[in-house]
Amino acid sequence: MSCWETLADYGLRSLGYGERLLPRSDFTLCQQVVLIGSGMIWNIYFGVLALLSGFFLATAAAVGKASTNPVLQRLSNGFIFVFRGSPLFIQFFFAYFLFVALKGVSPVFDAFSAAWLGALIVLFLNTAAYSGEIFYGALQSVPKGDMEAADAYGLAGWARFRRITWPTMLRLAWPAYTNEAIFLFHATTLVYFSGFPALQQRGDALYYASYFADKTFNPFVPYPILAIYFILVTLGILALFGLVNRRLNRHLPQEQRARMKFRPNLLR
Amino acid sequence: MYRAARATDASIGTTAIFSFCTDPGTLGDAAWMACYLTTGKHMALYWSVGTVLLLLAITAPVSLAFGFGGAAAARSSVAPLRWFGKTYIALVRGVPDIAYFLFFVIALDQAFEYVRHKVKCPDWDQPIRQGNDFVVCAAAKLPLGNAPQWMHETYGFFLAVLTFALVFGAFAANVLYGAMRAVPRAQMETAEAYGLTRRQCFWRILVPQMWVFALPGLSNLWMVLVKATPLLFLLGVEDIVYWARELGGAKTPRFTDYPHGDWRMWYFLALLVFYLFLTWVSERVLARVMARLTHGQATVAGEAARKAA
Repeated sequence: MSCWETLADYGLRSLGYGERLLPRSDFTLCQQVVLIGSGMIWNIYFGVLALLSGFFLATAAAVGKASTNPVLQRLSNGFIFVFRGSPLFIQFFFAYFLFVALKGVSPVFDAFSAAWLGALIVLFLNTAAYSGEIFYGALQSVPKGDMEAADAYGLAGWARFRRITWPTMLRLAWPAYTNEAIFLFHATTLVYFSGFPALQQRGDALYYASYFADKTFNPFVPYPILAIYFILVTLGILALFGLVNRRLNRHLPQEQRARMKFRPNLLR
Repeated sequence: MYRAARATDASIGTTAIFSFCTDPGTLGDAAWMACYLTTGKHMALYWSVGTVLLLLAITAPVSLAFGFGGAAAARSSVAPLRWFGKTYIALVRGVPDIAYFLFFVIALDQAFEYVRHKVKCPDWDQPIRQGNDFVVCAAAKLPLGNAPQWMHETYGFFLAVLTFALVFGAFAANVLYGAMRAVPRAQMETAEAYGLTRRQCFWRILVPQMWVFALPGLSNLWMVLVKATPLLFLLGVEDIVYWARELGGAKTPRFTDYPHGDWRMWYFLALLVFYLFLTWVSERVLARVMARLTHGQATVAGEAARKAA
């Protein structure tokens, strides 16, 4: 079987298209690369959607945490503490069994116990909490002079937030937020190890990598393949976020611009 | 492979703690709950909480030592040692760590068995990698095929600790490497001016002063380590996640004295609260340690503490 046939059979296997049976013996390198790559579709799906939706809740949480209203402040603080203070792994498990229990209450919740929605919600809340803390930190370090200048120009309320506070906050938070994005993509690998079932063996990249490692007793091929895929994703994120960073910093002189710095990514 | 040898379900005695637990079917709610939460399997759950704390207690110092070794090696003037240190630090970046957890456990296991195979069975002529199989002689198996169950469990736990320590050691090495570079250059220059040797500079000036720079990073790392402990489950150790799933599942009256529906949600809620508590306590303690360490340091916080005193 040529590699092109393998690609045609397994390229979209993680979405349920193509060959149903996973390879069971005589594993070729091509099969491993294709299937693990196919699994990456899910990692990218979870990462992109959670990041996009989480961004808005994160902004809200940061503004809430920085607000003077005690109710909003406590709410945001509690939200951030719960999702940053507990392991994502346990959050996944809890959410999954919660959704399973809710399924018994009403059929509305049927979709929630599937990974594509349930895990996405957990990742969305989780990344919102982590980014919320980053944005809060940035909000606290918006230069005083900028705000005074805004006052002098007669900007207040929403206009001041929209035109001065928010862009500055984003500019300050962006390097850290980039790391958070990378970190989130890594966290997507936990989904299929935490309760959420991979129906008909439609899993993510790590699911297939560990499938091959278990079948071949040889971790030295699938995990490096997985690693290469993730390094590619990481480089992609760095490039994309670097462009945004350039735009956010475009009004500043060269040496004052925030440098994108790649920090080691830890698990959550 | 210890995974294959793992017992399916340890039969744990069902001796009750409370005397009134002989016939749970007749009990009221509170008494039933008291009996339910003290069954043998729940005791195993509480023990596994101890396992988590034990893992933290062992891993934290070991990975700190690995990190210190890595950071010191990365600063070394001997080139191969420096390359080793830098590679170790760089290796763990950029890849999901859970992949390392899955990778290291098999890789370490096979490495140990391979070395033992080479030492114990020198006249073995078959290849070790036979296609998809990893074959070593019986004497090189770890633990030995006839070893008792607790040996298998301890070996699994040992591998888990080593894996955690290797991964977190690399993170700690990165933090400590940064902290060593953050110690004011003037301090080192003064030490050199006083005629201290390289080694003396390192141990007497650099190491005592670096901790205050390392602490924010290290406390972050501690939080991450706490939150990484549920991954023990993936390494095949019977930890709290395993027991929560096991105990929470619906039970019918045929197999247990305490039948109940699917309670896994509540078990994981309890775990969530447990971890939040652990985080909360850690935050308190680390804040105090930071206050203690900034005492007398040439930093902004140290200066503020001096003025306040």
